[in-house]
Amino acid sequence: MLDPELRDLYQEVILDHNKSPRNFKKLETANRTAEGYNPLCGDKIDIFIDVEDGVVKNISFQGSGCAISKASASLMSTIVKGKTVEEAKSLFEKFHNLITGKLDENASIEELGKLAVLAGVKEFPVRVKCASLAWHTMLTALKNENKTVTTE
Amino acid sequence: MSVKQESVIDQIKSTYDVYKIREDFPILKTRIRNKPLCYFDNAATTQKPQQVLDIVDNYYTSMNSNIHRGVHYLSNLATDAYEDARKKVKSFINAASEKEIIFTKGTTEGINLVANSFGRKFLKEGDEIIISNMEHHSNIVPWQFLCNEKKAKLKIIPIDDRGEIIFDEFLKLVSDRTKLISVVYISNSLGTVNPVKEIIEIAHKYNIPVLLDAAQTVNHRPVNVEELDCDFLAFSGHKLYGPTGIGVLYGKEKLLDAMSPFMGGGDMISKVTFEETTFNELPFKFEAGTSNIAGAIGLGAAIDYVSSIGMEKIAAHEASLLEYATQRLKEVPGLKIIGNAKYKSGVISFIFYNIHPHDVGTLLDYEGIAIRTGHHCTQPVMERYNIPATSRASFGLYNTIEEVDILVDALKKVIEVFNA
Ligand SMILES: Cc1ncc(COP(=O)(O)O)c(C=O)c1O
Repeated sequence: MLDPELRDLYQEVILDHNKSPRNFKKLETANRTAEGYNPLCGDKIDIFIDVEDGVVKNISFQGSGCAISKASASLMSTIVKGKTVEEAKSLFEKFHNLITGKLDENASIEELGKLAVLAGVKEFPVRVKCASLAWHTMLTALKNENKTVTTE
Repeated sequence: MSVKQESVIDQIKSTYDVYKIREDFPILKTRIRNKPLCYFDNAATTQKPQQVLDIVDNYYTSMNSNIHRGVHYLSNLATDAYEDARKKVKSFINAASEKEIIFTKGTTEGINLVANSFGRKFLKEGDEIIISNMEHHSNIVPWQFLCNEKKAKLKIIPIDDRGEIIFDEFLKLVSDRTKLISVVYISNSLGTVNPVKEIIEIAHKYNIPVLLDAAQTVNHRPVNVEELDCDFLAFSGHKLYGPTGIGVLYGKEKLLDAMSPFMGGGDMISKVTFEETTFNELPFKFEAGTSNIAGAIGLGAAIDYVSSIGMEKIAAHEASLLEYATQRLKEVPGLKIIGNAKYKSGVISFIFYNIHPHDVGTLLDYEGIAIRTGHHCTQPVMERYNIPATSRASFGLYNTIEEVDILVDALKKVIEVFNA
């Protein structure tokens, strides 16, 4: 039996995305890319995005990381597809508030959709970096700064 | 359980009363989420016995004052206790003289001291320094600083798949250009015990001094600098059941004498005018400023403590734990041990192909088990094996067979969660 707090962190959805990550490939049509790195645990992620007219047409990722960082990247890729760059940015803000426990109790998390399964991260402050690495990297890619970001 | 495993357990239990030893460590009674603490992060730092805690407490309670400076009663007490700790270190590693024992804040400072005081004085453009592929960052970065400044070259001894240095390659690297060899005695991420005696013998044929990073050695086996004939040796008190912020650099007197001071300040001088400063004698020349007095005294107590058990016995106990754990971990499907050197210390680094070390660490934490996950400050080792990180269980003198069993059971649970 897993401890309830652990079960909250490692929800079935997360384990599933860890095992079979979505959009886990190199995107040949990408016009924006960035590499993310978490020096603390050695997590590495490459994000590939195809942006057209301010809309994320397609997004994919590759790399290695813990279940939290992999699932977060996978979920992110499914949710930002089709969103405008501005929407993606505001989504990250909300998501970041969620995993750092700063989200208002009454705030609607509908917009976050499946991302809500990562709420358990807020009980594990050291894992916030894992959950946000993909997002930081995506934002860098969207700024079209082709460079390595680190979570430090 | 096999007959062999049983005999290993019997051997441990008959020669070494680990349960009595555990009584000396108050923190080991900690319960984590109502489970007993299994502390397997000894390579990062070790827990402190009551004997060390008491001595440090007593220092602040009844003799606190500055050393080497005061004429008053307390200052004399503190100075004697501090210098007494130095004597203990000297006999512990069998140095020739107390002048060869310099108190530092840890291994890292010891290595930086040599890089600055030896390296900056004696290194020239085109010279070379040799380290290995399995060094802790603290035995890489100071040499990079130095080599950049001096336009010297850093040469790396490669390691093989088992985690042993490739000796033939080492031989090829040694030349008249080599000015210093600095290698880890026991690797903190692989557990490899390096053939340092052979390395030193070769080095001395070329008159090259050798620095040993003994951070993971003095706490696990007897170390005799005279027998090794190493020129420098650095270690940290906190990995030897002593306080943090205290460490030792051993150096041969002749070399230390020839070197310039590392830092300037009080205690390291004999006479200061604005025109000129003459330096104090050894070892004070290298101890600028007020030292970590309580730390040194605590380290002395830690040395007394491990000596009272006996380093040979501690080594034997940990070797049995290593053997038992290595055997039992084979039961965990998919677990691969990184570092399979013939001569190994009580460190087991492992990976799973499909489970990241961070997740392993988090799940084990919920079982009360403290392990380290990450690159262990040895990123070149991770690169060598093309892995981002490992999980590492490292043993200390108080770990038990039962704790190894708890670890193995917990790892089986981890697999269930992730492979479900
Ligand atoms: C092999 C080795 N060298 C050097 C160090 C650095 O020791 P400290 O941080 O106490 O200076 C460590 C500690 O992690 C180590 O394991």
